[in-house]
Amino acid sequence: MIQRLLPHPLLTPILALVWMLLANEFSAGHAVLGLVLGWAIPVFTLRFWPEPTRIHRPLTLLRFIVVVLFDILIANLAVAKLIVSRPRRLQPAFVEIPLAVRSDLAISLLANTISLTPGTVSAELSPERDRLLVHALHVTDTEALVATIKSRYEAPLKEVFEE
Amino acid sequence: MLEYLLAFLIIAGGAFTFIGSLGLARLRDFYSRLHGPTKATTLGVGCVLIASAVYFSRGEAASFHEILITLFLFITAPVSAHLMAKAALHLKLASLAERPEPRERD
Repeated sequence: MIQRLLPHPLLTPILALVWMLLANEFSAGHAVLGLVLGWAIPVFTLRFWPEPTRIHRPLTLLRFIVVVLFDILIANLAVAKLIVSRPRRLQPAFVEIPLAVRSDLAISLLANTISLTPGTVSAELSPERDRLLVHALHVTDTEALVATIKSRYEAPLKEVFEE
Repeated sequence: MLEYLLAFLIIAGGAFTFIGSLGLARLRDFYSRLHGPTKATTLGVGCVLIASAVYFSRGEAASFHEILITLFLFITAPVSAHLMAKAALHLKLASLAERPEPRERD
């Protein structure tokens, strides 16, 4: 029953917060409206997102977000440097990453993270959902790249959403 | 003092956005060009948004729209890049990197 009435308990406060940011006003009225929307939207979109989401370790998630933001900064500088200095000598490559995460949310977050960080764009998920194809802009050591992605991004995501 | 910081952020933002677009012209295959808009531009837009948030938060009520823009950008940019890469793979576009074997699908 509670599952049907409140399918994604975490989504409700997040949507309420986004609503108040959109309105650019933190008042009681907008908080109530935001909470109503935050309750109604998950209920009506339940069939698109049936599996419940649980966050096991909020601190790990927080640390992951900080690491990713920092990496985005570094990635931007690195890619900018590559574009300006030597676009002719880049060695792009496709790299396949075997996935250890299984849930939809964790896979999407991992793919998004990969696209936002160092010289990599996620290109395709295999039909069996066990490998992610990644295009790297400049890579000399494919195994090191796979190892970095697995330890730096996939491991914390697995800890937070699956475990 | 704050003015200088904001000016610096806006110039840095403009420079990164420009370099991201320059990538479209200078990189040599479709897959490499995808990297420009998803990355170099993220930081560029980020710098401009921080400057905007700080500038419009002075004096009256704080401005939070920029946080939302950042959030939506971080959600949508990788998704569009992923879909374009997927479409390019499907169409077998020429690539500098060795393309992986296409798999059987049902």
